[in-house]
Amino acid sequence: MVTTTPQVLTVDNLGIDYKVGLEWKQAVRDVSFSIAQGESLGLVGESGCGKTTVAMAIMHYLPRNGRVGEGSIRLGGREIENLSASELRQMRVNQVSMVYQDPGKSLNPSIRIGRQVADVFELMGFPKGEWDDRVVDILRKVKIADPESVVRRYPHQLSGGMLQRVVIAMAIASEPELLVLDEPTTGLDATVEAEVLDLVSSLRAETGTSVLFISHSLAVIRRMCDRVGVLYGGRLLAEGPAESIFTDPRHPYTVGLLRSLPTGEVSRKEAQLDTIPGTLPPLGAQIQGCIYAARCPIAEDVCRDEEPDLIPLPGNRASRCYFPDRAPNLPRVVAPDPPPRQRSDATLLEISDTSKTFVQEGRPVFALSDIDLSIRVGETVALVGESGSGKSTLAKVILGIHVPDDGAVIEIGGEVLHDSLHSRSGDEIRSVQMVFQNPDSALNRRHSVRRIIGRAVQRLRGLGRKGVQEHTRDLLTDVRMGHEHLGAKPSHLSGGLKQRVAIARAFAGSPALVVLDEPTSALDVSVQAAIINLLSELQAEEDVAYLFISHDLNVVRYLADRVAVMYLGRLMEVGTAQRIFGGPHHPYSEALLSAAPDREEGTRIRLEGEIPAATDPPPGCPFQTRCHRKIGEICETVEPPLTEAEPGYSIRCHIPIDELAALQQVVPQE
Amino acid sequence: MTIPSASRVQRWAVLRRSATFWVGAGITLMWVFFAVFGELIAPFDPLGTPQDVLNRLDSPSAAHWFGTDQLGRDVLSRVIVGARSALTVALAATALGTVCGTFLGLVVGYFGGIVDDIIGRILDAFLSIPLVITAMIALTALGPNTLGVVIVIGLVFTPLIAKTVRAAVLAERHLDYVSAAQLRREGPLHIMLVEILPNVTNVITVEFTVRLGYAIFTVLALSFLGFGIEPSVPDWGLAIAQHYGFLTGDIWWPVLFPALAIASLVVGINLLSDGIAQAYES
Repeated sequence: MVTTTPQVLTVDNLGIDYKVGLEWKQAVRDVSFSIAQGESLGLVGESGCGKTTVAMAIMHYLPRNGRVGEGSIRLGGREIENLSASELRQMRVNQVSMVYQDPGKSLNPSIRIGRQVADVFELMGFPKGEWDDRVVDILRKVKIADPESVVRRYPHQLSGGMLQRVVIAMAIASEPELLVLDEPTTGLDATVEAEVLDLVSSLRAETGTSVLFISHSLAVIRRMCDRVGVLYGGRLLAEGPAESIFTDPRHPYTVGLLRSLPTGEVSRKEAQLDTIPGTLPPLGAQIQGCIYAARCPIAEDVCRDEEPDLIPLPGNRASRCYFPDRAPNLPRVVAPDPPPRQRSDATLLEISDTSKTFVQEGRPVFALSDIDLSIRVGETVALVGESGSGKSTLAKVILGIHVPDDGAVIEIGGEVLHDSLHSRSGDEIRSVQMVFQNPDSALNRRHSVRRIIGRAVQRLRGLGRKGVQEHTRDLLTDVRMGHEHLGAKPSHLSGGLKQRVAIARAFAGSPALVVLDEPTSALDVSVQAAIINLLSELQAEEDVAYLFISHDLNVVRYLADRVAVMYLGRLMEVGTAQRIFGGPHHPYSEALLSAAPDREEGTRIRLEGEIPAATDPPPGCPFQTRCHRKIGEICETVEPPLTEAEPGYSIRCHIPIDELAALQQVVPQE
Repeated sequence: MTIPSASRVQRWAVLRRSATFWVGAGITLMWVFFAVFGELIAPFDPLGTPQDVLNRLDSPSAAHWFGTDQLGRDVLSRVIVGARSALTVALAATALGTVCGTFLGLVVGYFGGIVDDIIGRILDAFLSIPLVITAMIALTALGPNTLGVVIVIGLVFTPLIAKTVRAAVLAERHLDYVSAAQLRREGPLHIMLVEILPNVTNVITVEFTVRLGYAIFTVLALSFLGFGIEPSVPDWGLAIAQHYGFLTGDIWWPVLFPALAIASLVVGINLLSDGIAQAYES
């Protein structure tokens, strides 16, 4: 790479090892990249690819069982391995700052924000008299609205998005040459993520800081970075300008990743998602040849014999592949034809007048208010909304974990579904089951696959020993797993296989409705596609209905038949996926949709403020405090009802639908 | 970032290489061996013979390596066989405490709320009473007998172990596999014993070995004070109690060797438990 600007960071032939048990295992190998002044480089990859490990090594913050085994990291021309403790300290004060994934964990919960931010100025050696002013200035710079009051607060009194702004303020206070951001928006709502990303972009434009941006999200990296490095199994597989890496990928892995992401353009009715076969290599695996060869559809003998170098390609990019020209025409792994599906109009679940009020410290918390929702046989209904909107509470009420307030009626197949798990009959228990977000938490790590699924079969079907065994095997086949996994404990399975086991367990009693609580958000991109395909196939085979809770609107758009948008415990908009995504939208949905990182910057709607507390909902429309299309007093005093504006489409807004269409410049669909 | 953690196989590898563990295990196993086969190894009859009275309080010699005690019995033989009373009583007491404590910890941790408040406060109240004094009062009331010692120490350990297990259960009970079990309407007993218990066994194992060391100390302190052991049974605590008065006459062997035995066994068990704890943490 030939550049005239000086390099802020140069990583050369970096190798990092972790000690596991007694062995040193290589987690990162032969990684080289550099970041020029003012440039932003993204490292993208799935879990275990080594992206955070690389960042930690740059900060010289590797955990005790990690070490830089080979190669060099030069920051501003100096080799960081050779720095003394005090030089390292100076480097972290002046040259490089890092922002971590969870802002709640980066701040001390028992010290006021102002004092914590002032630490940075103390370290930089400013006189004490200047700290307060500098703190307020820097907080203002990260667009915190009322910095004078924020400095007096403790971290738990601020929302996640505010905390991340504070952490970013601390990181940029010293005007570092390099800012390392490690998944800075993972765990934040899409609306908040969008704000944080905008903030980083504008700060970068202002200060000219170089950025190393680490994320598993291709869309975020694409938006934020000039150049991108794709990591896999501790190797850099592709490197180059962000635009060309994503629009014209030249490594089979990048192509596979991009194909397995639902983009929002195609739904399940049109095509199955393509997937990447196989699983990620284990940590420190000794693999001869290309590390990706085992999963690569175009691998040849040479790939398995000898590892390719990072081969430079025209356009200032490189690909660790012998056949970069064949990558764009990678054969599909999964046939595109969607599974045939019969849809019926029969109603399965009918929820009416359902509210849920918790009592917290003597005060009511209105978690759900007057929910009316129906789910048809074999249908997927998605619940979307920011965290705290009541999605999970609604799911738990349906599952019987929470008992709704008096007056709620929930019917399944025309019969009353009893409130609590204890009062439900065996049939009721069987007919509603759940797949959890994180299979690591959802599967008992001391039980074998046979036992996990078998127990569910035994409880939900009441079969004898022989029958349980047989049915367990059938279920495993249903989720496309071999019987050799029966004896395995969850720790021996990959994330995708674990989620398959969890799905098999939920299907043990042939349920009529399965609640899917973010079933793919804990999974890697390449695995997510396979699980989505599986869910879609199972639905076609078993005629089961899904209540699908998700933050990822692209996945919702791909999988859902109908969508319900929730805000502050209320349904704001309910309709077919096509209608909800096509518009005209409820102002809240409009904001949610525009927050997606793959949206163009100019079209973004920024929501003012935060979700109001459920203990103290605002008068009138619940969304009026943040609504960008508020029309006046009526919004503040009268709560609009959820009205059926079109057949099969309901909306809770005072603005008539054709006015919304005009405001949003949507061409009505027929 | 997930920092790689060790699997069970790798934990065994760490344990196998751990000097701490092996030294501890070696010492402990030696005493277990003595406790089981004491009479076969002891050079003399530990209970003594009538002629022994002739060589009372002999200093260590080629015949009696550890000397003889006030009744002329071989100290080495009594130290070897004395491992039995220390280990059996301490093991039984620790086992009792671990079983009761684990069950209480599971109940308190799983149900939480008001159950935790009530039982938790009762356990706290128990914890505030000093161990040896409680045991002495109870044994004075019960009269000195071995079963009494086992029960008293076991009950005194129960709240300590219950607290530790409760903390581990609290971390487990909000995991989704517990919710999944509830969703197929498993009973609380099934969830506690079949779902949660296997996931907290590492905590219980470490707690058991740590408590075992304390139990040995407590058992021997009680026998030193004259509680729980019949005087004829070879016992380290009792031996020290019977002979520490002779220390002023430079007769150190009937006290020193039982004391060293106690020290080595307690240190051995502690090394063992450190080794296990390290392997779980690696």
